[in-house]
Amino acid sequence: MSNEAKYRLDYLDQLESESIHIFREVAGQFERPALLFSGGKDSITLVHLALKAFRPGKFPFPLVHIDTGHNFPEALTFRDELADRIGEKLIVRKVEDTIVKRQLTEPRGKFASRNALQTFTLLDTIEEFGFDACIGGARRDEEKARAKERIFSVRDEFGGWDPKRQRPELWNIYNGRIRKGENVRVFPISNWTELDIWNYIRRENIALPSIYFAHEREVIDYEGQWVAVSPFIRLDASDTVQRRKVRYRTVGDMTCTAAVESSASAIDDIIREITATRTSERGETRIDDKVSEAAMEDRKKNGYF
Amino acid sequence: MDLLRFITAGSVDDGKSTLIGRLLYDSKSILADQLAALEQQSKNKEDGEIDLALLTDGLRAEREQGITIDVAYKYFSTPRRKFIIADAPGHIQYTRNMVTGASNASLIIILVDARNGVVEQTRRHSIIASLLNIRHVVVAVNKMDLADYSQDRYNDILIDYAEMARTLQLKDVTYLPISALKGDNIVDRSPNMPWYDGPALLELLETVQVQNDTDLQRGRFGVQYVIRPQTDDLHDYRGYAGKITSGTYRKGDTVTILPAGHTSRIKTIELGGREVEEAFAPQSVIIQLEDDIDISRGDLLVNGAQLPRVDQEFDVLLCWMDNKTLTPGNKYVLQLGSRSVRSVVRDIQYRLDVNTLEKQWSPGQAGLNDVVRATIRTSSPLPFDGYSDLPAGGGAILIDETSYVTVGACMIQ
Repeated sequence: MSNEAKYRLDYLDQLESESIHIFREVAGQFERPALLFSGGKDSITLVHLALKAFRPGKFPFPLVHIDTGHNFPEALTFRDELADRIGEKLIVRKVEDTIVKRQLTEPRGKFASRNALQTFTLLDTIEEFGFDACIGGARRDEEKARAKERIFSVRDEFGGWDPKRQRPELWNIYNGRIRKGENVRVFPISNWTELDIWNYIRRENIALPSIYFAHEREVIDYEGQWVAVSPFIRLDASDTVQRRKVRYRTVGDMTCTAAVESSASAIDDIIREITATRTSERGETRIDDKVSEAAMEDRKKNGYF
Repeated sequence: MDLLRFITAGSVDDGKSTLIGRLLYDSKSILADQLAALEQQSKNKEDGEIDLALLTDGLRAEREQGITIDVAYKYFSTPRRKFIIADAPGHIQYTRNMVTGASNASLIIILVDARNGVVEQTRRHSIIASLLNIRHVVVAVNKMDLADYSQDRYNDILIDYAEMARTLQLKDVTYLPISALKGDNIVDRSPNMPWYDGPALLELLETVQVQNDTDLQRGRFGVQYVIRPQTDDLHDYRGYAGKITSGTYRKGDTVTILPAGHTSRIKTIELGGREVEEAFAPQSVIIQLEDDIDISRGDLLVNGAQLPRVDQEFDVLLCWMDNKTLTPGNKYVLQLGSRSVRSVVRDIQYRLDVNTLEKQWSPGQAGLNDVVRATIRTSSPLPFDGYSDLPAGGGAILIDETSYVTVGACMIQ
């Protein structure tokens, strides 16, 4: 084998190495980091990368789940089993408790989403444990405000993102120095696309919650999107409940995540479907993002992930 | 499949956003719902056509003002390569953003308007490409449709640019005539310019050789974090976790630990949890050594005969990135890789005019977006390489000691 071929690294290996490097910078620079774990494929990939970054040592951070109370039960079971299997600490904080403690007003409507309320619980949790860095699974290809965010994103004491005050981020040097009250959101898989994640999951044989694969489920048709019937959404007289074979392309709350009709029962089928699709991940599966073209930018300014 | 990171610099008028929009659109990386959102926003702008630039301007302020303020990252892939585009603003007041985007790019696309030829902005972008040591330069002569697809016009621009490229010592320069708006020579060869016999832009991006850009001779591995499980069965385990930024490392190799200067032999190399005989840049690994030496975050394990310099005083080319001015005597934290030291900027020798390359001697201070040559002294010895020689070992940032903001980018000379 020529040297040229021997020392060439596949794109997934390059992405993996960059992410591991970012994880280790967090470990080296912060006193009390945390990994925000949602039970979705991106945060599951983060855990896999963290294992590669830190084994045979322990993670220098706990997994933290901000539980809206509207999660898919399959995702919660998966979360607990994963934490158990890898022997790492899991902290769960519930939006339900914040609603009571802070007397928050719950959104109403057909799909009353607690998506925005998560921010309150997250900020309380950051304060409770004194977290100085929160690692998250956001990717820049998801959305155009995310495409502008740094890998080390400094947030003020309200968790707010100020796109005009972002620090220059050069080479592979990350500046995680912060003042009291500030914290940093770190996004190790910023440069991965949805397809990169799926290809990596296939290559590394990473286990996922069952709802990512085709299964039968009771759904309603809401403006062309399939929404699962659950106690968290309001059924109207005009809704027709149907049984469809679906899978989830993203896993968020049951109130704001839509399913796609699919018969993909294995990773290869999913990758084939994603490669062929003409709709973006968020566009196809998130009911909450269509509100305005700046929806994500606004949420980030208010302390969202 | 491998990976290419490139930067496009320019302002909206150059057709930069149109070019990126065209690459994403023609490689089918824009999906139906994103296109629908784009059509909706374009309607608001009243000129009827889909504005591909809206795709790259991610912030509300950018869309409102019709300008690119900050670097945005875009992604697309073909069966041959994954591409990461750093989409950077081109105006002089955003030089720091361009420097940021350029720092990780192995290729730059410089857009030249066929009607205007090589102008101040072309020169500035080329100077920045040279400062940041971007290995591959693609000069895309754009808007050929507005210059009657004229070969003569194209050749004139080539001659102008080639002369500048020589002064800037740009090594690998490729030229091609395009129209981003009409799609000429973007994905497919254009029938409008039969006189051009080179590849279309996408083919060029797919085939440019980048694997030789990584230096495999000089081993550089910075320790980011020390892994010590302290369990019963791994009681003596002490693994140095970090990323190989250049060179190769083999089990049994003798490495030099800098800045201390000790040597030891590599006992094990672990890659993603399994032991390997050899590892190379840019892999992230864990290295264990034969000897029990005091090594911590920021230390360098060097492999090979060519050692970095270890010094407390050196010259840098510095791009200043903060609103506060840089005055000699100011102290900053200097961070190179994972190593941080206190530092003082002793002397500013000259300011470089990034439009003309002229040197203005003894400017006294530096302001936002200035590029200057300065002398820096550090509180303790720092191992480093010359930036133009080995970028990963010679690029550093300066951090304000009170606001903690990143205020400068240093290329060590």
